[in-house]
Amino acid sequence: MIDTEALSCQELVELVTDYLEGALEERDLRAFEAHLANCDGCTEYLEQMRTTIRVVGTLTPNDLTQAAETVLLKAFRDWKRSS
Amino acid sequence: MTLPDDELVAALKEGDEQAFAAVVREWHAGLTRVARIFTPTRAVADEVVQETWLRVLGALDRFEGRSSLKTWVFRILVNTAKTRAQREGRSIPFSALHDPARVPEAAVDPERFLPDDHPHHPGGWESPPRELPEDRVIAGETREVIERAIEALPASQRAVISLRDVEGWSSDEVRNALDLSEVNQRVLLHRARARVRQVLEDYLAPEST
Ligand SMILES: [Zn+2]
Repeated sequence: MIDTEALSCQELVELVTDYLEGALEERDLRAFEAHLANCDGCTEYLEQMRTTIRVVGTLTPNDLTQAAETVLLKAFRDWKRSS
Repeated sequence: MTLPDDELVAALKEGDEQAFAAVVREWHAGLTRVARIFTPTRAVADEVVQETWLRVLGALDRFEGRSSLKTWVFRILVNTAKTRAQREGRSIPFSALHDPARVPEAAVDPERFLPDDHPHHPGGWESPPRELPEDRVIAGETREVIERAIEALPASQRAVISLRDVEGWSSDEVRNALDLSEVNQRVLLHRARARVRQVLEDYLAPEST
């Protein structure tokens, strides 16, 4: 049985980031956790959001190209000389 | 890792090239991602980042340490990018960045929930999330799919998810760099993550037809 009185599944999915960021108020937090305890769909949704964050975290940040770095270091030397 | 701000600023003023190279490398990805909010292409973003560093050097003597150096550099970046957009007659997606709530967007397609007037379970899952095969989640091809999904996001969402989840910045760092309220930062992050999750589900566990 799913307790839909306090919070529906459709409402819960919009609160997942607030939940993960620790930004839910006490009352909402209780409703959120009570709902999760009884709802497989929302538990899976939360799990998938965590998975998403984990996988996005494995992407490589954009690297600076050698050419751009050379230009900037030259600019730095010029700046140093002129100041 | 970068030095504490006061040491870093002192090193830069003394002309310490290694310190400069280190900070340029460390912040490069973040700067590029933020620049992309205001620029049409990656190439223009790269130019904006370069111009930013030149401006930073030019203004370093006036840095007073009232904000962190990082915040200060990102402010200069945003100004540089905006000035350039104006010069080139491009409009800037200010409103999208500062008031995401004006563009309502559901984390999950409303069609996947039962209607509000459903007798037993209003707003409950009609089509719950399909389980993701764990072994494929971390595969290289999956990462490419996610990379493309992030690239396709609206610029402000792309910047926030990139800085928070790819670069691992704190929410305060992101808010300061982008001049966002706490709530707006979370709204943008939520939409971005929700969108990427949906792409992941569609890719790894397609709907059976
Ligand atoms: Zn639910």
